[in-house]
Amino acid sequence: MSTPNASPVDASSEERILATDRLRSGDAALRLVASLPTWVRLFVAALTLALLFAGLQGLHDVAQTTVNGLVTGTYFALGAVGLALVFGVLRLINFAHGDFLTFAAYIAILFNVTLNLPIVLAAVLAVTATAALAIGLEFVLWRPMRTRGAGAFQLLLIAIGLAFVIRNGIQLFAGSLPRSLHVNNTNALNLVGHVRIGRTQLWVVLIGLVALGLVGVLLSKTRIGKEMRALSDNMQLAEVSGIDTRRVILITWIVAGALAGLAGVLSAAAIGVVTPNLGWSLLLSLFAASVLGGLQSAYGALAGGIVLGLAEEWSTMFVDPSWKYAVGFALLIVMLLVRPNGLFGKVSLR
Amino acid sequence: MSVLAFNLTALAHADFWLGAGIIAGVYSIFTLGLQMNVGFTGIFNFGQAGFMAIGAYAMAILILRFHWSPWAALPVATLCAMLAGLIVGIPALRLSPDYLAMATIAGAQIIQIVAQNGGTFTGGNNGLLGFDAEWQNIQLWMLGKLGKVGLGTQYALPLFLVTWATFLVLLGGLTVVQRTPWGRVLRAIREEEDAVAALGKNVFAYKLQSLALAAALGAVAGYLLSLNISLVYPQAFSADFTFIGFAGLVLGGVGSYAGVALGSLLLWFVLEGVRFVELPLAADKVAALQLLLVGLILVLVMVLRPQGILGKREEMVIRG
Repeated sequence: MSTPNASPVDASSEERILATDRLRSGDAALRLVASLPTWVRLFVAALTLALLFAGLQGLHDVAQTTVNGLVTGTYFALGAVGLALVFGVLRLINFAHGDFLTFAAYIAILFNVTLNLPIVLAAVLAVTATAALAIGLEFVLWRPMRTRGAGAFQLLLIAIGLAFVIRNGIQLFAGSLPRSLHVNNTNALNLVGHVRIGRTQLWVVLIGLVALGLVGVLLSKTRIGKEMRALSDNMQLAEVSGIDTRRVILITWIVAGALAGLAGVLSAAAIGVVTPNLGWSLLLSLFAASVLGGLQSAYGALAGGIVLGLAEEWSTMFVDPSWKYAVGFALLIVMLLVRPNGLFGKVSLR
Repeated sequence: MSVLAFNLTALAHADFWLGAGIIAGVYSIFTLGLQMNVGFTGIFNFGQAGFMAIGAYAMAILILRFHWSPWAALPVATLCAMLAGLIVGIPALRLSPDYLAMATIAGAQIIQIVAQNGGTFTGGNNGLLGFDAEWQNIQLWMLGKLGKVGLGTQYALPLFLVTWATFLVLLGGLTVVQRTPWGRVLRAIREEEDAVAALGKNVFAYKLQSLALAAALGAVAGYLLSLNISLVYPQAFSADFTFIGFAGLVLGGVGSYAGVALGSLLLWFVLEGVRFVELPLAADKVAALQLLLVGLILVLVMVLRPQGILGKREEMVIRG
């Protein structure tokens, strides 16, 4: 906007016109930024932050915490994608999702440590068992409750009750002492400079990225993936367009359960020790990751998981690591307040 | 089944009933706040344990670090908890119920982490000790009086009496408040928020007042819990404990203040009773069994009788 009532000879008004011109060019820059895809903006923002932190704390610390953040972000993303799929399709905030991770970790320990099976086989069995748990709960609990038209309050408290039952059931059987999988947690690789990544952690990132890639393909390329997204967009519309919602809901639970299972095994391997509180303590981070991504967008949750992993690990450069989770929770609250639709808004759903 | 035999002599002991009665009373007060929010305003407060922590910590810190008298510390600590309710509520009450649930539980978790990492100021994981000198005097005085009726050796009785007297006073107050125009507006908000807004009421302000009052009730529960264990430490105010309150709430019934006491009493006699079943279990497994029962109660009540024992079905209209 120019200044309407100023006389052209007035020196101060000329200054003002110059100022508005500068503002205009600033606007153009803002418009350019706004026109970029969100993931590009996100990447640029992360890079800028990383460079800023590098200036403050040195390149090595930033590189090392970035590597750690990617490891954490991988299993955050796997867990958050499942949470987002379930919320998208069923409008249910599954408070028991974190405890699916714990369940998987302890099934893997049962097969890998107690029964001495190889880790890969134990992981496959754990992922299968978790998917079976998710689908079993759909049959005995969620489907009957939906048929009865249960309200949000009922569903939320059932999910919380389930979380308590799973977590404490595990503690009742396995005790609260920390357990570990038979994985190598001492061997580390030098990536570049003195930036290191554990051999196990490297596997975690690789397996996690492959799984996330497969989920991406499932959602974007396959018929069932498109049906899932259609359901999460508009349940009624999806139903009248002939989508078998029961089948889609079942497959959503299988995918969410399997991803939670994989996240549980990978987090157990990456962290090194497991207690029955593993999943409950990760749950709010998973919420934060999926809210960052827009809560019902699976792609968003994927990015949200990585962002949250980086945020929590980067924070350890400035504060004691025991504050790490608080950083995640604070990010959750900030996101709920300033962008409840997530970094990507609703656009990324389509 | 000798393994599962009840130790009946323990149940016959007054200590058991007094101990369970105190915790049930503390959680009844705690859950009055949840009832006000969930049952009578229709907002999901999942952070009640955090408000309880704020109250207890503020009280202990004012007494120990700033050498305040407990009689000055208690009202100020209650105001601190209400302030925390406002700080959480002003941004979070604008969100949808699901988001509010997540934001409040995150708030409670942050409070716990702050308490754990607060160094010597909050006492870290060891907590704060020695804030209850004044209470010890009152307790001795009460035991002296009780001695005259032959109850001078029931050391838990003074706290039991104070807890339940507090509960009854608060219950009476809330029952009256419920019948005022203010209370009716809260219930109207629960029923149909938009209609209340259309009548020109500031829905947001009412919700905020409801949350702040619940936080104050949480703080009162926090003081009594601290006196019961003579210690204020982070694990005593775990964010999970909000859901023990919810279990008592749904058991007694949503939308009934009296149901809160019934639900909490039933819940805690079961939970404390577990400790007297002779199970071959270590302490951590007994604790797990208790919380497992809390979860089971939540699931079963919500599936089988969502209105609870005393609640009315038509009072359950919280929308998602």
